[in-house]
Amino acid sequence: MLNGAFLGGYPVSRLSGEVERAFDHAFGGFPLGRGGGVWPVSVGRSFPLVNVWDAGEKLHVEAEVPGLKLDDLEILIRGSELTIRGERKKPDQEDVTYHRRERGAGSFCSKVELPVEIDVDNVKATLDNGVLTLVMPKASSALPRKIEVKVKK
Amino acid sequence: MNTETAVEKRAEGEVTQHEAMRGGPRYRPSVDIVEFPGELRVMADVPGANPESIDINFEKGVLTIHAKVEPRHSQESDYLLREYAVGDYYRVFTVSENIDARRISAEYADGVLTLHVPKSEEVQPRKIELREN
Repeated sequence: MLNGAFLGGYPVSRLSGEVERAFDHAFGGFPLGRGGGVWPVSVGRSFPLVNVWDAGEKLHVEAEVPGLKLDDLEILIRGSELTIRGERKKPDQEDVTYHRRERGAGSFCSKVELPVEIDVDNVKATLDNGVLTLVMPKASSALPRKIEVKVKK
Repeated sequence: MNTETAVEKRAEGEVTQHEAMRGGPRYRPSVDIVEFPGELRVMADVPGANPESIDINFEKGVLTIHAKVEPRHSQESDYLLREYAVGDYYRVFTVSENIDARRISAEYADGVLTLHVPKSEEVQPRKIELREN
């Protein structure tokens, strides 16, 4: 085994521990990733994390799904409930040693309650460099309506 | 050990310098590090990074991954839900010298950066063939 040969140096802890040993067998105490931290296999809520912002007549939903393709994702909208689910395949490699395993694998399902109903037929989904973007027009019932005031003569 | 101290100091200096050069928060990408018989493979989740904006540096046993990521939507008041922040990815590792630094290669697909770090020839196990007489 060569493992011992790859332990070079110590982590530098002063600056938020940014320098680490690359090949370390200590699996305890993983550094938390941003936001969700360690992603356990078959998690529920914590993957993917979702950002939503209001762009007037549309809602923009963005989720980070590194390693996935559009075909790997299932996007469901029911009323104002959005569900993103899919599976990141577990690597099935033999004869290898994991020195670090922070990237989660397995199936996931993330549900988001949107503030308005969506025009489901006109949702556009794009996936670019591991970022899923959904542009979702608000349902006409959710758009502000201008009400004319007629003056009685 | 003296050599380790030297690496520590050097790396620390480098991190400090980076910190001073660039403002804004940086995020630590999740990584897998897998040892194959002939190479170490580092896979890092860096969604939103462009391949052109990823810097990979290996110098004196220190491997640095830095991916610049510009904000995709900056109007704070528009957010209805914000579960993650967007910014640069940065992570530093120390690696022993038993690798062939000249042959390190990298590829990027679907927000995942993969580094191939070949082991140097002398540390690779040799296959010895046994023949029956």
